[in-house]
Amino acid sequence: MKAAVLVFPGINRERDMARTLRLISGAEPAMVWHTETALPAGTDLVVIPGGFSYGDYLRCGAIAARSPVMDAVRAHASKGGLTLAVCNGFQIACEAGLLPGVLMRNARLRFICRDVFLKVERSDTPFSRGYNAGQVIRVPTAHGEGNYVADAETVARLEGEGRVIFRYVAPDGARDEAFNVNGSTNAIAGIVNERGNVLGMMPHPENHVEAAVGATDGRGLFAGLAEALGKAA
Amino acid sequence: MTDVSVGRKAPRITPDLVAEHGLKPDEYKRLLELIGRTPTLTELGIFSAMWNEHCSYKSSKVHLRTLPTKGEHVIQGPGENAGVIDIGDGLACVFKMESHNHPSYIEPYQGAATGVGGILRDVFTMGARPIACLNALSFGAPGHPKTPHLVSGVVAGIGGYGNSFGVPTVGGSVRFHSRYDGNCLVNAMAVGLARKDRIFYAAASGVGMPIVYLGSKTGRDGIHGASMASAEFGEDADAKRPTVQVGDPFAEKSLLEACLEIMAKGCVIAIQDMGAAGLTCSAVEMGAKGDLGVTLDLDKVPCREEGMSAYEMMLSESQERMLMVLKPEKEKEAEAIFRKWGLDFAVVGETTPTKRFIVRHGGEVMADLPIKELGDQAPEYRRPFVSAAKPALLEAESVKPPLGVADALEKLIGSPDLCSKRWVWEQYDHIILGNTVQRPGGDAAVVRVEDGPKGLALATDVTPRYCEADAFEGGKQAVAECWRNLTAVGARPLAVTDNLNFGNPEKPEIMGQLVGCIRGIAEACKALAFPVVSGNVSLYNETNGRAILPTPSIGGVGVIDDFTKSATLAFKRAGETILLVGETTGWIGQSIFLREICRREEGAPPPVDLVEEKENGDFVRALILDGIATAAHDLSDGGLLVAVAEMAMGAGLGAALEAAPEDIPGFAHWFGEDQARYLVTVPAAKAEAVFARAREASVLVTAIGTTGGDALTIPGERPMLVTVLRERFEGWLPAYMAGELPNA
Repeated sequence: MKAAVLVFPGINRERDMARTLRLISGAEPAMVWHTETALPAGTDLVVIPGGFSYGDYLRCGAIAARSPVMDAVRAHASKGGLTLAVCNGFQIACEAGLLPGVLMRNARLRFICRDVFLKVERSDTPFSRGYNAGQVIRVPTAHGEGNYVADAETVARLEGEGRVIFRYVAPDGARDEAFNVNGSTNAIAGIVNERGNVLGMMPHPENHVEAAVGATDGRGLFAGLAEALGKAA
Repeated sequence: MTDVSVGRKAPRITPDLVAEHGLKPDEYKRLLELIGRTPTLTELGIFSAMWNEHCSYKSSKVHLRTLPTKGEHVIQGPGENAGVIDIGDGLACVFKMESHNHPSYIEPYQGAATGVGGILRDVFTMGARPIACLNALSFGAPGHPKTPHLVSGVVAGIGGYGNSFGVPTVGGSVRFHSRYDGNCLVNAMAVGLARKDRIFYAAASGVGMPIVYLGSKTGRDGIHGASMASAEFGEDADAKRPTVQVGDPFAEKSLLEACLEIMAKGCVIAIQDMGAAGLTCSAVEMGAKGDLGVTLDLDKVPCREEGMSAYEMMLSESQERMLMVLKPEKEKEAEAIFRKWGLDFAVVGETTPTKRFIVRHGGEVMADLPIKELGDQAPEYRRPFVSAAKPALLEAESVKPPLGVADALEKLIGSPDLCSKRWVWEQYDHIILGNTVQRPGGDAAVVRVEDGPKGLALATDVTPRYCEADAFEGGKQAVAECWRNLTAVGARPLAVTDNLNFGNPEKPEIMGQLVGCIRGIAEACKALAFPVVSGNVSLYNETNGRAILPTPSIGGVGVIDDFTKSATLAFKRAGETILLVGETTGWIGQSIFLREICRREEGAPPPVDLVEEKENGDFVRALILDGIATAAHDLSDGGLLVAVAEMAMGAGLGAALEAAPEDIPGFAHWFGEDQARYLVTVPAAKAEAVFARAREASVLVTAIGTTGGDALTIPGERPMLVTVLRERFEGWLPAYMAGELPNA
């Protein structure tokens, strides 16, 4: 696995992400500054981490999506390269046209930092192969604008094509609006693009990978990716 | 002496103008003697900025000197941007707490946000990467019409800044009392980590060294912020909104990364952030601390607005700015790093051998002042003070509570001060950086240091109603409770930062509170080897002549060698023995029970026996670190039964408790607030061994019950269901903030 973690001004979970990648894959990721026009040679996973790129000014992710490095990311993705976009990364990926839809203000209008329960809808993607389909995992969220919204047609397509990978659920896996932390359409927490190689998700699996600090339910995602990409690579 | 321009359009310096600048006639007289002529408007502004209470500590300094500030772990005590302690392995913990009370009342979101920004800057100015924030918030009565607006704005502001900056806000406290109507308190604490041999200080060194301005541009915001914070409020508080600064956490995050990068590259000789009184205070401090003069050329200062005068530039409190002395040979390298982060970089002056502070603008000298007298030789007062008479003891036997024990517990646990503050801390990102071991809601937060196994325990504490009743005992108690909270998670308490919030020091009774609290803090810090390494004083917290409750917030830092051994307060399993450490006399005076259930705020507060504190705390810490205690919790507001309830709610597991002893009225046993107490649970089989250890250590330990079931049960009382307690505990704040409690 040869990961590249993008760094935009105002991004603040890049260190959490780098530590998790290192911990699970054993390889140090490259930190790529937003003005770069190319990814390091051999990059097989691009990670767009969380934070407040450009202070979330204008719209979340809007400015970062137009950074020079994003052309390289689009090229990487269009060739089928794996791309993981978490939280602000998800917002950036939507703004960059890598994923459909948009992340609006949370339904209750407040920033929420809380552990949530996600149902893994399918396990046959490189991002979710570390889990069983239907498994419920507990990971934290920390965002003010994670309310996934798209037009009805897009949502129908996402659902029809099985592109919703993670959904907010009750601890027992049942759909329950009380556990839809931000009011997302269909309780969507994470989706993939048409080709299945770009995942965007609001919660932070990278913050739940050690038993001594929180929990370990986030490990599956990274372990699955490392396996898919071959640990030694 | 240089010829000083008075400025073409400058107003005449009249007594009214002097008074508007907050300078008292005797202070102005002293100013005239110092410079031997009438000051220019810019100079008057500079004096007003440096000699106000907020920057000069003129009323408190003589008393602050009595605080213990040294200890084997102390690397840097008060007087720098933040305190620094040695936590071993070549690492230092840098921390400080500071108030942003007045701005937060006027403009809660920006006031609180820039409070967080300011304290973070204090910490990273010293070369530390911030790893955690905490806060201590005091709001007016829940029923006051402004309170929900302030809570909502302050919490959103703290979250808005900290979340975006990328530091976890891991703990704090929230209280309500009518004495904070019209003057809420926002005390923010930041904690950072640095290499012990890479700490940066403010003192400039070397003559002719370039002084560099870094960060955001200077605008017209926050002019006279520090002077505003040094005066009481009247009815016109809202009119002071323009004195509140506007925060930009994005710029601050960039500033952090840029500063740490140039520090790592060895470019920095001295660094000072621009906080209160902005450019003035930072430049004066760098010079005064280094025994050097400073000349500034304001034409070089990056400005956000056109046509700013020298006066405005010198007094602006625009945020996210730094002043540095750089190694001349590294200047280009530093500039490139700042440009990369999209920040301003400008050489705006130089150090001189003259010990004068000279400000030029548009080719003219706008100020020429002696730098030492502005800075470390500012005026000092020994203000008259009177200590309030000690209140009479309140005998529990004389109290006739209107509710039984079970009803009282269910009411107390859902009362504004004791209820869950989840609504607040869920708006703070408390897990970012991936090191939060114990999240908010426990006795102290625990964060992992780098990759562990070392951890830091962090807590903020004070019980203002105790301080009001007896300043000395209240000061002691604030320190003792903080020490106890750190101990209750298994940490060794190392040092504190104090944030002293009081009313108008020109009133002898307020001064008496300040002096009494400081004496109490000093005594407790000495006895517990818990030195004060940084702090802040906020006076004039009065509105229309009514002062806040004396509120000396204490922020403590402790270390635990292996964070995986830290204790949490939740019960762990059924059938364990619950042990009470410390003596229970049923002290009901100034208790939450007396206030919330009996509607009385009277009596003497519980005395703090510091020897007992130390012995009991050391005993509990050893039980935790030896792996004997499965849960631990300190006793504070609400006393014994509230503490048991918190442990039960944490686990969703009840407890069967023994009846109160016959010599203490039941309510006083369950809700009295005797100090130096803890609850621990141990496996039943280990209880005897604990008693043996207790006898050896001369510590009083009593078995008070056993964990299990779905309710708290006490012989002769109705069962208190844990689910009901939880509902009350979690229910109040969200309902209140949703406007569902019109009579709150």
